Amino acid sequence: MRLKLLSRSSLTACGSGKNDKGSRIGNPRSALEGMRANEGGFALLKTALLLCLLLLAPFAGAKEAAPVAEDPEIERRMVALSEDLRCLVCQNETIAASRADFANDLRREIREQMQANKSDKEIVDFLVARYGDFVLYRPPMKSTTLFLWFGPFIFLLAGAVFLVFYLKRRRKHIEEPALSEQQLKQAEALLKEGKG
Amino acid sequence: MTRFLLPLAVFVVLVGFLLVGLGLNPRQVPSPLVGKPAPEFQLQQLHEPEKTLTSKENLGKVWLLNVWASWCVSCRQEHPVLVELSKSGIVPVYGLNYKDQRDDALRWLQQFGDPYAVSAVDPEGRTGIEFGVYGVPETYVIDKNGVIRYKQIGPVTVEALQNKILPLVRELQG
Repeated sequence: MRLKLLSRSSLTACGSGKNDKGSRIGNPRSALEGMRANEGGFALLKTALLLCLLLLAPFAGAKEAAPVAEDPEIERRMVALSEDLRCLVCQNETIAASRADFANDLRREIREQMQANKSDKEIVDFLVARYGDFVLYRPPMKSTTLFLWFGPFIFLLAGAVFLVFYLKRRRKHIEEPALSEQQLKQAEALLKEGKG
Repeated sequence: MTRFLLPLAVFVVLVGFLLVGLGLNPRQVPSPLVGKPAPEFQLQQLHEPEKTLTSKENLGKVWLLNVWASWCVSCRQEHPVLVELSKSGIVPVYGLNYKDQRDDALRWLQQFGDPYAVSAVDPEGRTGIEFGVYGVPETYVIDKNGVIRYKQIGPVTVEALQNKILPLVRELQG
């Protein structure tokens, strides 16, 4: 049952690169073919041109990867907000980081709501109403989450109390045994010997 | 004696927690929409795009909303169960065809059978977000007042149908 559920949908395309634009740099082969057609045979010039192309390639990529929204301010806000939201498909990824289709849809939803002048709080409330507190990486303080928030401190306190008691008891156990008269003399003799 | 009993007790408690944890499915996130009115929608129908399906049409009856897609592998697994349920006529099943292509969806239904009274299309997954869908398949039990009473995450299995969905449906039908 568990395994079946785990495999239940293609929305679980975590990191599978479904939305990965594999051909961002364009098609370098067509450029090369164009050069091959030029039968001039200036090898040096060819190399120089190739180098130029290679150097330009990252810029070509950067250009096409421009923010999807027209408004960079909204894009910035969307990313900031979605970094605090959990993707329900890839549960250890934020909506900002996940490549799942589902995260993509939620980013679009957030973007659109921001364009409609909704505040961050309104958008978060919208998502919580549909997906529950689980969507938040910072769960709100409620009766059901009290243990989540304070549990670690309770354990810390319990540990500290245990430590104090343990140390007290330990001190009793290893109290230095009193030395006998004879032993004291022996010790003094040894110390003197050392000084001499 | 307590020297051994105390660590043993701690160990047993820890094992208990881990055992319970093993049995839980982290992918089953309880929906906050259970007990709340189902989101309203008005969507194109799959078979007859000129017609629409609205959430209000089903007020007054108990119905199931099954979120499905032709690209969803687990939907094939649950499909025979839905076809059987639909034949029994106990409760109408409506489909929400989620982020799919119309041609693919129609072909899929032709191939595996169509259990749906009506299938509505949600090509961009917007109604899906309203319903809190985060994977396919998901199935909602909606009562006469249009309130979501149960959400099945993952395929509808025979056990889920017999142990949870059908008893609930009978109770809601009164």
